[in-house]
Amino acid sequence: MKTVKVYGPGCARCKQTEGIVRMAMEQAGVEATLLNVHDYQQMAADGIMSTPAVAVDGVVKVAGRIPKLEEVKKWLRA
Amino acid sequence: MESKSGCSETVDETSSLERTEQPAATCLCSVAPPNVSKRKDWSVLQAILVGTISLAGWGILYAFLESFAQWFTYHLLGLVPGTPLASAVEFFLYDTPKVLMLLALIVFAVGVVRTFFTPERTRAFLAGKREFVGNILASALGIVTPFCSCSAVPLFIGFVTAGVPLGVTFSFLVAAPMINEVAVILLFGLFGWQVAVLYVVTGLIIAIAAGWVIGRLKLERYVEDWVYKAHLGIQAEEKPTWQERVRFGLNSVREIVGKVWPYVLLGIAVGAAIHGWVPESFMASIMGKGAWWSVPLAVLVGVPLYSNAAGFIPVMQALLEKGAALGTTLAFMMATIGLSLPETIILRKVLKPRLIGVFLGVVALGIMMVGYLFNLVM
Repeated sequence: MKTVKVYGPGCARCKQTEGIVRMAMEQAGVEATLLNVHDYQQMAADGIMSTPAVAVDGVVKVAGRIPKLEEVKKWLRA
Repeated sequence: MESKSGCSETVDETSSLERTEQPAATCLCSVAPPNVSKRKDWSVLQAILVGTISLAGWGILYAFLESFAQWFTYHLLGLVPGTPLASAVEFFLYDTPKVLMLLALIVFAVGVVRTFFTPERTRAFLAGKREFVGNILASALGIVTPFCSCSAVPLFIGFVTAGVPLGVTFSFLVAAPMINEVAVILLFGLFGWQVAVLYVVTGLIIAIAAGWVIGRLKLERYVEDWVYKAHLGIQAEEKPTWQERVRFGLNSVREIVGKVWPYVLLGIAVGAAIHGWVPESFMASIMGKGAWWSVPLAVLVGVPLYSNAAGFIPVMQALLEKGAALGTTLAFMMATIGLSLPETIILRKVLKPRLIGVFLGVVALGIMMVGYLFNLVM
């Protein structure tokens, strides 16, 4: 099972990102563990410098913008 | 806020952050290069053709704006030249499309340019640079690197743990929000190129000087202790193609212009009303050269006032016409746009109160000096 991490301090854009990831999981029918990372130390350790960011299985897919639904679905299916 | 834990985020902290992040909703966070699925790729010839035609169309439209505004005001609406209503309407009809068109063009260009400057690359470039030279580079890179005050903390950690000196990091953090494309375009469109250049140059000098002073003061111990211990991860980057860069530019136009146009409209409408009805030299007593206290007051009021440049600058332009001094106006704008309370509160996560105080103090002092300088020479 894939692990999806959503990075963000809790701003509106980060919440939107989380919503998109959830919707993508549902629509793609892929089960994945969704983790919200609020901790700045953890972000630094994962190499995140701009939020919102999304990583799938440890690989950062997007940073500094809200991803599109289709993009997320593609990452989940890959 | 409380203790220096930092690593354990309590529920309370998160909710307080959410509150402080509210105004950040208006921050013009630009975005990183997308890995969007490739649609049909354009050929180079096609791309050049489409680009040239769009640019020509833009230029023709732009050239006709003034005569259109006059025609609309005096012929179609039949307003009498010289009346407050006519001058307000003409001002609004000319400046709104002008500013929006400039915004669309420049935001697109800046969007494309920004695909070359990711925060990661800027960091790698600045790491280990000597102070002063580093301060200059960081301030300049602050203009072109995508930055959003919501990301100020992860960016700060990323910079200092990679070996970017503290003062150099601050130069970046001062320049990035203060000199943003929306502010500069509005200044250019409404105040003319001289004021826009003045704003960029003095903003750069403030960022360089403030960062340099903070570096000289050796304040590293006022960074929260856990920051320097943070383990640093590096992510591999993909190089975007030209199509992706262009698409990214178009995306930022959609995102930024889509977000700021209501503020531009509102700001210019208020500005137009001031332009038409507020008597000449009305502002002279409040924000004129004679009132020495107006510069520090402008900064003091400007710092907690979080406003986005789009709605704010048109109003300032109208006030300038009514007798406000240029230095005071510049100082007010810089304090409002460059120093924001939400960003400062977010930075409390990584900075001890003393360093926040020094940061605010040094930058505010720099802005005041700019204000006095321009009131003196202009």
